Amino acid sequence: MTALGMPVVPPRGSGNLRGLEKFPDAARQELANPQLRRNIGKATHTIRAKRLNVTGELPDWEQLRDAGAAVKTDVLNRLPELLVQLEEAVTARGGVVHWAADAAEANAIVTDLIRKTGSDEVIKVKSMATQEIGLNEHLEEQGIAAYETDLAELIVQLGHDKPSHILVPAIHRNRAEIREIFLREMPDVDPDLDDNPRHLAAAARKFLRHKFMTVPVAVSGANFGIAETGTLAVVESEGNGRMCLTLPQTLITVMGIEKLLPTFRDLEVFLQLLPRSSTGERMNPYTSMWTGVTPGDGPQEFHLVLLDNGRTAALADEIGREALHCIRCSACLNVCPVYERTGGHAYGSTYPGPIGAVLSPQLAGMDEPHDPNASLPFASSLCGACYDACPVKIDIPSLLVELRHQKVEHARFGPEAAAMKAASLAMSSSRRWTAAQKAAGLGRVLAGKKGRITNLPGPLAGWTDARDMPAPPKQTFRQWWASDEGRAALAKAREEGQQR
Amino acid sequence: MRIALFATCLGDTMFPKAVSATALLLTRLGHDVVFPERQTCCGQMHVNTGYQPDALPLVENYVDAFDDTSIDAVVAPSGSCVGSVRHQHEIVASRYGSASLCGRVDTVKAKTYELSEFLVDVLGVTDVGAYFPHRVTYHPTCHSLRMLRVGEKPLQLLRAVREIDLVELPEADSCCGFGGTFAIKNAETSTAMLADKLSNVAATGAEYCSAGDSSCLMHIGGGLTRLRTGTRTIHLAEILASVEPAVAPKGVPA
Repeated sequence: MTALGMPVVPPRGSGNLRGLEKFPDAARQELANPQLRRNIGKATHTIRAKRLNVTGELPDWEQLRDAGAAVKTDVLNRLPELLVQLEEAVTARGGVVHWAADAAEANAIVTDLIRKTGSDEVIKVKSMATQEIGLNEHLEEQGIAAYETDLAELIVQLGHDKPSHILVPAIHRNRAEIREIFLREMPDVDPDLDDNPRHLAAAARKFLRHKFMTVPVAVSGANFGIAETGTLAVVESEGNGRMCLTLPQTLITVMGIEKLLPTFRDLEVFLQLLPRSSTGERMNPYTSMWTGVTPGDGPQEFHLVLLDNGRTAALADEIGREALHCIRCSACLNVCPVYERTGGHAYGSTYPGPIGAVLSPQLAGMDEPHDPNASLPFASSLCGACYDACPVKIDIPSLLVELRHQKVEHARFGPEAAAMKAASLAMSSSRRWTAAQKAAGLGRVLAGKKGRITNLPGPLAGWTDARDMPAPPKQTFRQWWASDEGRAALAKAREEGQQR
Repeated sequence: MRIALFATCLGDTMFPKAVSATALLLTRLGHDVVFPERQTCCGQMHVNTGYQPDALPLVENYVDAFDDTSIDAVVAPSGSCVGSVRHQHEIVASRYGSASLCGRVDTVKAKTYELSEFLVDVLGVTDVGAYFPHRVTYHPTCHSLRMLRVGEKPLQLLRAVREIDLVELPEADSCCGFGGTFAIKNAETSTAMLADKLSNVAATGAEYCSAGDSSCLMHIGGGLTRLRTGTRTIHLAEILASVEPAVAPKGVPA
């Protein structure tokens, strides 16, 4: 602790930010799930095409992305003062602001606030922040029932499952499975319910309507919080959010501290960026905004819980902090070739896909030996599709490379580091390199008469399990260049050039 | 122009035909091609796997090999390695190298080009006089597409090849799953990506699958030969360097 009582190193985040297994092990199971592969392949391809249509039609799309990135950079540069401004604005309009350092603190604050209302039930708006802190599980332990009201979140919750996509949490489920979940878990469900999607939606609607009308407390997240006015905003498609944000007496909003925007006018940029990147729509069906409380209209009690949970730690990383620009649109998931095959569960965290592979280790750390989060920055072929899709231009491939660097810096010296050192030494002089090439040429022995290597040893077996490796050629390029054959070929090419 | 070839470590050792094709092509176009023997590797594998300090000697060696005012341009038959030179060398140099190294990195990277962008942007040619009477599909590699933004340039070059039957690859811009050490560390996910690439290649009925990176071709080719698909891989440079009536290059057999 410093003299001012501030921790020198900001605390890491806790909650649902770490899986139990390393990515390659978790991915193995998901890759073998045909339902998941089909659903996610179909959904991601559909959303990709829609997104490209609605971003391509805007002549200023690139400028909008630049504007979004610039606003977020400004927010992170001025985060402390903007947060205080937000607190003042919310308080002035009759709201109460709470500060939570981590998941446990946020959960305790929310639980306490619910208890004070006397209710043992809450309705919930789809929220990444409350997924991140594991609020539902915590409330259940405390004897408080939390009902997710977004259809897909409800399916996930009733199925005692975890979301596999930021935007489409039940992307891995088919309608037969959903029917079965509803029949098993939904109170008062029609036992003759079939798997027609309309009928399934109607069953959920009937169940949820009753909750909207009777439960006096709602918990939400926030897509944006405006420092200037104290306004909070939630964008959604189904209208369940609007119900939760307007009908109950008490509204509790949990918001990550990076969700700030300086001014109301900044929404102009983000309300264009978010729906087009997220669902591929020009505009989302419902945009709800509220500022403090309004007597006689909507919730009469409003609490805003500002959540750190590792965000300050991420902010302290000069390169990595760019990931805090994320507006949770999920465009990077939908274009990611890795996510497309493995789905979200393989990432272990609330935040899957390319941005999750950056955010989870940043928020929760990855320095413990065998930390599953340390495998996430390597769960990418660095193809760069995510960077192109990101509405706030987060250079995710570069951040992944930076995190790989940070991981290796903290790792103990092992066989991989030794191999890299050896390669570095061999490749830093052409004399040593040509010697190493001679050794590589011995690979021809492994290849034998078939001319292909089909069985490599050790960790390289991962390659030859599914692919051949060509035999090294008899001559390297530099040998050809110095050979009579090479010189003759070049002389002939020179001659042909003169005739052209 | 006096052009220095950057063979790349993989090209030099495993795919010399792509490099010699580049040398012959540029020579035939009337340029003075040299091969600075000091060169080895760009260091991308080290950077992408997290070993930046170990990449420093490789960055230094690259700069030493090509920081020569008599060289007008450095050309490599690889989008990925040129991407590393252009985007990663400065990161390594500024973190671990001297100020003078940073300056030299800037000088050398400014004149380092991937083959297709060099031909189209610098030399201003799309018809290089090639002849290749085969059915070919082209896979745009991720780093050439999204790091270097070569866009349509390789296809412009291929369309100008005489007698070529160029067929579009479905889902062309999807990654093949190579990703350097990704293919080893996440071999199964990489394989799932490759499987889709292979079925898209198969759907074209092409004799050859071409690309501007030997590394991605090694990955795609490794799958094509394992499955005995009958489609060969061939580097873009080899197609552009083949002329009538020379016998067509063999590519990697399937």
